[in-house]
Amino acid sequence: MRYRAEVFVTLKPVVNDPAGLTIRGGLHTLGFDSVTEVRAGKYLVLTLDETDATEARARVDAMAKQLLANAVIEDYRIELEPVGEPVATGDASA
Amino acid sequence: MVFPGTWSDRDCAHAVLDVLQEPVRYIDHREQSVDGLELIILPGGFSYGDYLRCGAIARFAPVMEAVADFANRGGLVLGICNGFQILQEARLLPGALLRNASCEFRCEWVHLRVEQSNSAFTLDSRPGQVLRIPISHGEGNFFAEPETLDALERNGQVVFRYCAPDGRVTADWNPNGSARNIAGISNAHGNVVGMMPHPERACEALLGGDDGLILFRSAIHALARVAV
Repeated sequence: MRYRAEVFVTLKPVVNDPAGLTIRGGLHTLGFDSVTEVRAGKYLVLTLDETDATEARARVDAMAKQLLANAVIEDYRIELEPVGEPVATGDASA
Repeated sequence: MVFPGTWSDRDCAHAVLDVLQEPVRYIDHREQSVDGLELIILPGGFSYGDYLRCGAIARFAPVMEAVADFANRGGLVLGICNGFQILQEARLLPGALLRNASCEFRCEWVHLRVEQSNSAFTLDSRPGQVLRIPISHGEGNFFAEPETLDALERNGQVVFRYCAPDGRVTADWNPNGSARNIAGISNAHGNVVGMMPHPERACEALLGGDDGLILFRSAIHALARVAV
């Protein structure tokens, strides 16, 4: 099955976010005074072929741990959805 | 060590080869071995365009496994600027480097107080000595959890702090928001050092100062000590 995984990487709450603070300042300058906090992060979209959703999630989790996020400063969240059969599997059973 | 996007490699080679008359070899990121080397420098730059995070991709370069073995065997490794970020991503040094608190790229001369003269790169200095060395970075804001910071202090792994010209460590002289003004740290054995300032750019009076030489001279003396 082909899956689409979205990985949201954000700075841990204890980590200061200078970019977020600067964006908040910009929003305040524009008059959006109700904004009390902005946290900037990264949004990654992966397409991958795996046997099932459990395996796909486990693989993306391993990727996040090894490379996509730095556990010293960042947290991550994964959202996964099937997007159909891979094109070139040669498996006609479905 | 040369990764795609490394830019301070020739400055480092100039300091070691032309100023100190010691042999230099450029190591390509695709090499598998670092055999025969006595000291490895990971210079500054923007390895792999700093994509994802500074140093995150370089950390998986083919040569890095050999570098980690070399470091774990006690080999001398100096990571400067982007090299410091790579050493942290490789978990050879603790902590991480965040965007500067000002969100500005800072390129200026700073003063560093030597906190630790036991590391391989500060043997020739004395604690409290003030060095004048330039910085050039956008992401040099040293971060570690409070427990990690306490452990670094306790173990004498804080090597340099940003300070005033007279050695006072205050927030006013912190150029990037680094925790506890930390500019450079070592591993527990003192053979691996990472720092944001560029000692290789302060090796000749002609370039504005030669305080950076003390790091390279210290390493040469550390090696001579091992060889005896």
